[in-house]
Amino acid sequence: MRPTTESGLAVRAHHLSRRFGDFTAVDSLDLDVEAGEIFGFLGANGAGKTTAIRMLCGLLAPSAGEAWVDGLPISTHGEAVKRRIGYMSQRFGLYDDLRVGENLEFYGGIYGLDSAAIKARRGELLERLDLSQALDRPTGSLPLGYKQRLALGVALLHRPPILFLDEPTGGVDPVARRAFWDLIYEVAAEGTTVFVTTHYMDEAEYCGRVSIMVAGRIQALGTPASLKAEHGARDMQDLFLKVVGT
Amino acid sequence: MLAVAAKEFLHILRDPRTLAVALVMPLAMVLLYGYAIDMELRALPIAVLDEEGGVRSRQLVEDVQSSGFIQVVERLSSREQIEPGFRHNRFLAALVIPAGHARRLGQGREAPVQVVVDGADGSTAATVGAYLEQAIALHNGRRLPGAGLKPPLRVEPRTWFNPQRVSAHFIVPGLTAVVMIMVCALLTSISIVRERETGTLEQVLTAPVQARELILGKLQPYLLIGALDTAVIFFVGRVVFQVPMNGSWLALAGYSLLYIWVALAMGLLISALVRTQQVAMMIALVVTLLPALLLSGFIFSHASMPLPLQVVGHLIPATWYLRIVRGVMLAGVNAWPREALVLAGMGVAITGLALKRFQKRLDD
Ligand SMILES: Nc1ncnc2c1ncn2[C@@H]1O[C@H](COP(=O)(O)OP(=O)(O)OP(=O)(O)O)[C@@H](O)[C@H]1O
Ligand SMILES: [Mg+2]
Repeated sequence: MRPTTESGLAVRAHHLSRRFGDFTAVDSLDLDVEAGEIFGFLGANGAGKTTAIRMLCGLLAPSAGEAWVDGLPISTHGEAVKRRIGYMSQRFGLYDDLRVGENLEFYGGIYGLDSAAIKARRGELLERLDLSQALDRPTGSLPLGYKQRLALGVALLHRPPILFLDEPTGGVDPVARRAFWDLIYEVAAEGTTVFVTTHYMDEAEYCGRVSIMVAGRIQALGTPASLKAEHGARDMQDLFLKVVGT
Repeated sequence: MLAVAAKEFLHILRDPRTLAVALVMPLAMVLLYGYAIDMELRALPIAVLDEEGGVRSRQLVEDVQSSGFIQVVERLSSREQIEPGFRHNRFLAALVIPAGHARRLGQGREAPVQVVVDGADGSTAATVGAYLEQAIALHNGRRLPGAGLKPPLRVEPRTWFNPQRVSAHFIVPGLTAVVMIMVCALLTSISIVRERETGTLEQVLTAPVQARELILGKLQPYLLIGALDTAVIFFVGRVVFQVPMNGSWLALAGYSLLYIWVALAMGLLISALVRTQQVAMMIALVVTLLPALLLSGFIFSHASMPLPLQVVGHLIPATWYLRIVRGVMLAGVNAWPREALVLAGMGVAITGLALKRFQKRLDD
């Protein structure tokens, strides 16, 4: 096993694998993500993106390999890793029966903030995410775009240095997606590493670097410009089809 | 832990249907069962065949009659009349006082009477037998101090605690044990697995939350609901069925909280082990209701069970709580250190197991 990462790496995976029975969902993943990057983690449906992110967040145990998050090995420092990451699951994971403010309060509570700090942080986040008017609305009644912004808010609550966003803009209109990406840029500008998956190739274009995963393995890795040049692709869509198609 | 408890409490408040079920179902069950069993046991019809026809035998019949839960509906003149009576459901048992009864008593000898029970309905037969037997014992005590009609069947010792002999007095406290364990285990059995199914657990588990905080946090609000439920049941028992309260309410409340805790922890353990809400509820129902109903001593006494069932009976929490409730309410005995210790031990063990079995991962 390698020593823990040199400073400057937000995420490092080394031969990270996950099997479900005979099926290998993530196959010996090797990956370095610099602190402060917006990293696009692309791949077709079922490529293994969610599985990989779940391992990095400590939700699934790897079958083999190791990964480091903010320099900490996930196998031994799971709890410490959790304090350093924010996670937005692919499937909306907040409580529909609670109000918007109550979801934030609950997460503030389990992250160990006191009630004054929660109130302040809650107001600040709702303001920033343009959700202030939704404070007392039942979460289940919100439009999907609002829910996604709220989930981002929960992921940001404890000011983590690394953010994992699993398809944060799935199923909403281009305006809502654009607004969400403005938020991602804002967060990244503050130095937060953003590790994001998406099926929208225009969004891939916004990333500093992207990887394209096929059947559990990374088939392409680099900046959008260099990858397009390398594969002679017109745009990201073309690149994706070329990489995944081969 | 407080954050989890507060959140869990909000879930309960936001789901009035579950709350209603949690509060109304136990009430309905106690009322239904209570009345049904009450009706069934009140004034069982029997026939008397008095071959002796003297003062002694008349006194015996009077005493049996006046016990309140047996009614002599027919006087027979021969044994041949017993069987048709059973067949037409006119009476459930016949008390036969043989000729020479008074003479034998006068000589200070054993004077057996015979109780013929319609065996077609096993549980009723046992009830009638036991009740007749008790009525006879009562008669012995009143009329024949020192002497004895040989009891035809074993006397159920539990009826000692129920001097008014109204069956609801006996049934309702036991029913509390059965209903509460079922409702409480059902309530918590879905609490973790529901979060797994809806995907909220995935989000929670990325936070640095301890299994202890999640499990104990989930326990707290349900402890309150369970306590409320129990209070309602006892209130109904007191007001509707006039169950006496000979012991201390405070002691009963303490024991009840202990019992509710055990039941809730059972639900949480189930919830930590299974993967779907339906399976969780089914398991909760099966492991609580049937054993509590059949093996706790609620209906069948442990003494009449084969040894393996007795052993199982002593492993279920309802057995121990049942003794306490009946003891406190009917016998007026407030101190049940052994029973309380067993319940506390179960609570600690089951909560510990739930903590241990709760996976802070999504599968494995
Ligand atoms: N718990 C599990 N048990 C068995 N197989 C699983 C499990 N989780 C995921 N898989 C399988 O692993 C593969 C990768 O799934 P994963 O969810 O990681 O893909 P993905 O890249 O996130 O896809 P999508 O873009 O559709 O979200 C899929 O074939 C999926 O069926
Ligand atoms: Mg996915």
